Amino acid sequence: MSRKYELVYLVSPDASDDQVAELHTQVDDIVQRLGGQIENTDNWGRRRLAYEISRHKEATYVLETITGSGDLLKEIDRRLKVSDLVIRHLIVRIDEDQEVIERTRTKRGEASRRRRTVRGLPPERQPGEGQRGEQDDDRDDRFDMTEDRR
Amino acid sequence: MSGRKTFGGGGAGGGRGRAGQTQQGKDGQQRRPMFRRRKVCKFCADKIDDINYKDARLLMPFVPERAKILPRRISGTCALHQRKLRVAIMRARQLALIPYTSE
Repeated sequence: MSRKYELVYLVSPDASDDQVAELHTQVDDIVQRLGGQIENTDNWGRRRLAYEISRHKEATYVLETITGSGDLLKEIDRRLKVSDLVIRHLIVRIDEDQEVIERTRTKRGEASRRRRTVRGLPPERQPGEGQRGEQDDDRDDRFDMTEDRR
Repeated sequence: MSGRKTFGGGGAGGGRGRAGQTQQGKDGQQRRPMFRRRKVCKFCADKIDDINYKDARLLMPFVPERAKILPRRISGTCALHQRKLRVAIMRARQLALIPYTSE
């Protein structure tokens, strides 16, 4: 059973770039060994933390997209917990969510195309079409944080 | 002190934005008649399907100063998206992308 997961881990700011790379190979090793695959790796670099984690104020974020079994991710989870360099990590399963997102997108696209053909318009929205009316301030009804300052 | 909205008038609409502000303001001369703007879920309106925990910029407006999750009655988010938002915020908090508290 192969599933898609996202793994984000925060590496302590004391770690050198080599150590970060080393961690990545360690993760990769486990993934290889347990028959998974790393699809994508993304190093966000050093970021400020929203709060201190064991007195660190910043950390290196690394995001990995992994396909594999639950046992594989369990093993990674165990290893990262033990690691001193990794100050925080999070594993999230994403395949199901992605499917849902995909479905709503296609559904919306189809619905819009259908409506448009009923109205006798070309199915795709043309550029410059659907201009805003003058008193049509539909942008304004969204929550934008500037209000509700009590 | 002064509550930010009159209860009773609320119902589904709730009070926010202009309505609340005009009430709070001193009894001005050009105070508008009670006007409640319709609240719209940001995610529905902007067609954001993916409320992702990695996107702190998207989530920040929903965790104002005290870093508490903004209730639906104020932000106008629909139930579905509020649930997704909550999960995303909780994950982002774990990764220290968003604070749990403000100091």
